[in-house]
Amino acid sequence: MLGSLRKIVSQSPRGISASGIRIIASRTYASSAGAKEMTVRDALNSALDEEMSADPSVLLMGEEVGEYQGAYKISKGLLDKYGPKRVIDTPITEAGFTGMAVGAAYHGLRPIVEFMTFNFSMQAIDHIINSAAKSNYMSGGQISVPIVFRGPNGAASGVGAQHSQCYAAWYGSCPGLKVLAPYSSEDARGLLKAAIRDPDPVVFLENELLYGESFPVSAEVLDSSFCLPIGKAKIELEGKDVTITAFSKMVGYALKAAEILAKEGISAEVINLRSIRPLDRATINASVRKTNRLVTVEEGFPQHGVGAEICASIVEESFQYLDAPVERISGADVPMPYAANLERMAVPQVEDIVRAAKRTCYRSVPVAANA
Amino acid sequence: MAFYSSKSRNIMHHLRPKLGPLSIFYQSYWIDSLSHHRASQSATIKNNAVSCNRPTLFTFWRSEHIKAENQLDCWQNFGEPRVLNFPGGMVKFTSELDFLPESREERIHCYRILDENGQPTSSNFAQITEELAVTMYTNMATLQTMDTIFYEAQRQGRISFYVTTIGEEAINIASAAALQLHDPVFPQYREPGVLLWRGFTLQEFANQCFGNKNDNCKGRQMPAHYGSDKHNYFTVASTVASQVPHAVGAAYSLKMDRINACSITYFGDGGTSTGDFHAALNFAAVLEAPVILFCRNNGWAISTPIEDQFRSDGIVVRGQAYGVRSIRVDGNDALGIYTAVRAARQMAISEQRPVLIEALTYRAGHHTTSDDSTRYRPAEEIEWWRVAQDPVVRFRKWLEKQSWWSAEAETELRTSLRKQVLHAIQVAEQVEKPPVGDIITDVYDTLPSNLHEQERTLAQTIKRHPKDYPPNFSY
Repeated sequence: MLGSLRKIVSQSPRGISASGIRIIASRTYASSAGAKEMTVRDALNSALDEEMSADPSVLLMGEEVGEYQGAYKISKGLLDKYGPKRVIDTPITEAGFTGMAVGAAYHGLRPIVEFMTFNFSMQAIDHIINSAAKSNYMSGGQISVPIVFRGPNGAASGVGAQHSQCYAAWYGSCPGLKVLAPYSSEDARGLLKAAIRDPDPVVFLENELLYGESFPVSAEVLDSSFCLPIGKAKIELEGKDVTITAFSKMVGYALKAAEILAKEGISAEVINLRSIRPLDRATINASVRKTNRLVTVEEGFPQHGVGAEICASIVEESFQYLDAPVERISGADVPMPYAANLERMAVPQVEDIVRAAKRTCYRSVPVAANA
Repeated sequence: MAFYSSKSRNIMHHLRPKLGPLSIFYQSYWIDSLSHHRASQSATIKNNAVSCNRPTLFTFWRSEHIKAENQLDCWQNFGEPRVLNFPGGMVKFTSELDFLPESREERIHCYRILDENGQPTSSNFAQITEELAVTMYTNMATLQTMDTIFYEAQRQGRISFYVTTIGEEAINIASAAALQLHDPVFPQYREPGVLLWRGFTLQEFANQCFGNKNDNCKGRQMPAHYGSDKHNYFTVASTVASQVPHAVGAAYSLKMDRINACSITYFGDGGTSTGDFHAALNFAAVLEAPVILFCRNNGWAISTPIEDQFRSDGIVVRGQAYGVRSIRVDGNDALGIYTAVRAARQMAISEQRPVLIEALTYRAGHHTTSDDSTRYRPAEEIEWWRVAQDPVVRFRKWLEKQSWWSAEAETELRTSLRKQVLHAIQVAEQVEKPPVGDIITDVYDTLPSNLHEQERTLAQTIKRHPKDYPPNFSY
C-alpha cells in the first residue's frame, strides 16, 4: 500500500503541482525590477550542488535521489557530478537510512537525508529525535551531529492524509533540532546552505507545491557564499494595522491576503517565519507591539501548533499591547481528506486570512462561506 | 542515457566481488556491455526477441544489460532453458517442487577453542603473547569486580541504576582486544568491558554512575550509559538496536575516507527483532560497509526467552539471507572470540564487507538492577551457568596451564581490584554534582537566544531566592 502510494507521488511530481487546485501565491511583493527569476526547485538544487562542491564530506541519501534524480527532481544532475558514493540511492526503509546517516554524521560526514515526504519520516523519528537531536547533549558535547533532514512537508494536492501532514509543530517542539521552513527561492537557497553548514541537526521542511514556483533572486542570493541566519524571521511586507505570521506556502497566501486587505484600507505586516525553531520571538513581538493585532497562519493542525506557540509568546510578552483577540488560522482538525472539495476546506485559504484580519480590526465580515 | 551508464557502473562495482565462479563470464560481459551500450541497446531487444523465440521474463528498464548472445549460452538441453539471467544474476531451473526448509536438521555449529577446562580443542587459533593474555584476564577480573561493587552500591541506594555484564566478560574483553582503538564502537549497554579495555578508568566509570561534575557526559546519562570520544566509544542510548545502523553509517564514513579501520556494534538477541537490525544488515551488505555486527545472544531479553523472540536458528543464519558473512562462536570462550573477531576485522577491512558474529552465551546476571530474573527462570539454571560456564574461570585455567598465572597472583589481583573499585566509588561520591549552568550547554553547538534567555531568568531567580536552591546552584 505504502509502496503504491509512493509510486503515485514519485511518478508525476510535476503533474501534481500543475493540476493543483489551490490558489498560487502572488509574488508581487517579493519582486524587484530587473532581478533574475529562479524556481524553488532550482534554488534547492543549486544550494545542494554548491555545498557538495565546497565540502567533500557532504553527501545526499534517500530513496530515488540518484538515478531518478529525486522524486521531485531536487537532486537533478548531482549523481553524475558527485558519483554514487556521495549521492546514494538507498534501500526502502526510512528508519534504516536515517539511522545510517546519523551514524555517518557521528563519525564526521555531513549527510543530507531526503524524505520523499516528511510523512514518511515518522518511520525514522526515533533516529531523528533520540539519535540525532539528543546525542550532543547526552554525550556531554562529545558527539556532534551535523545532518540535514529535508523533503516536502505539509499538504500537496490530492494525495490524502498520509502524504499531507505538516510536521513543523512536531519537530519544532524538540530541543536539539533546528527547524527551517523556506518560502521563496531566496529562502530555499539561503536556508538550505545554512542548514548544511550548521553543526547541529536541522529539519528542513519544503513544500511540494512551491517547487515549481519562480521567485525573483538578486545577484547576492545567487552568489555561492550566500547564506541566511537560522532563527531570524523576515518581514516580507511592512504594515501598521495587523501582523500576519506564516511560513512556507502560507507566506504567499498571507501576501495575497495583504494585497486584498490593502484595497480595503487595512495595512497588514506579513512575517515569513523562516525558522520554526529557534522561533524569532523578538521580531514577532516587535511587530505586534506596533500593529496591536495578530493573525497566525499555518497548514498544520491547530492543537499545539506553531500558531499556538506564537500566541503563547505574545500573551507572555506583549499582552498589554493587544487591541483584539489573536486569530489563529490553521488546517482543520481532521486527517486530510482526498476529495477535492473537502480537501480545500481542510487547509487555510486566502479569504480565511482576509476575514480573520478584518475581525481583528473590528471590520464587519460576511458569514464564512468556505466551501 | 546518462542514467543507464551510471547505473551500469554502479551495479558492476557492487557485483564484481560477489560473482564467484561466474565472475569471468560476468566481467567480460559487463565490459562489453558498457562499451557497446548505446549502439547495441535496440539491437539487443531485437536479438533477444528473435533468437530466444519466447517472451522475456523481465522488464527492460532494470535489465538493459542482459544481452542476447550471453543469454543464449544459457539455452541448452534440447532448447529447454536450464538457467536464466534474472535481475540479480543467473538462476537455475528445476522441476522439483522443493520448498526451502524453515531450519536445518542440525543447528549451525559453534566455533570454540577452549573447552570448559580451559583446554584448547585445536591449535589453530590466534596466537597471543603472555602479556596480552594476562592483560585480558586482569581486565575480565576488573569488570567482574566493578560489577559486584557497583551492583551493591545500587542496592545501597547510592546510585539509581546499574547494568551488570556477568557471564559476558569474555565477549566484552576478548572482542575489544581483537580490535584497534581507531575502530569506532557502537555499544548497546552490556559492553562496558570494551571501554575498560580502551583505558576508561575505574574512576571515570564511577564518576559516570554517580553523575558528578567529573563525568565526561556531564551528569546527563543514567548510570552505566557511558560514552567517550577519546576512546572512540559512542555514547550508549537505551533505545534498543538503534546503534546498529549508526555503526553501518560510521563504517561508510571510514570507507569514504579510506581509513584502515572497521566499526563494530554490539546488540542482544532481543535487538535482532527490531527493524533497525534488519535495515542495518541490509544496508551494510548493499553499501559494502566495513562493519562487525556482534550479537550477544544470551538467551534473554529481560524476561523474554529466545523461543518467544524468534524461530530461526539464532542470529547467525540471518546473515546469509542478507548476503553477509557470518559465524557463530562460543561467547564464554575468550580465545575463540578473540580469534573470530580478529579474522572478522581483517575481512571487514581488506575486503570492505560486513561480518556478522553471533556469540552464544547466557545472561548470568539480572537484566538490570530493575529486574529480578529468578521470578521467570530457575535460580539453579543461573547458578549452573555462573559456575560451570564462567568465561573468566575458563580463561584463567588456560592461563594457568601456560604457567602465566598462579593462585597467589589471583589473590593479589582480587584484593587490589576490590580496593581500587571501592576507592573510585568513595571518591566519586564526594565529588560535587555538575554546575547548574551545564543544564543548558550542548543542546546545540552554541547557545541559541531562547536558552540564553532561560539561563538569565534562572540566574535571577536563584539570586532572588538563594535559600530555595542547593548551595552549589549559583552562577
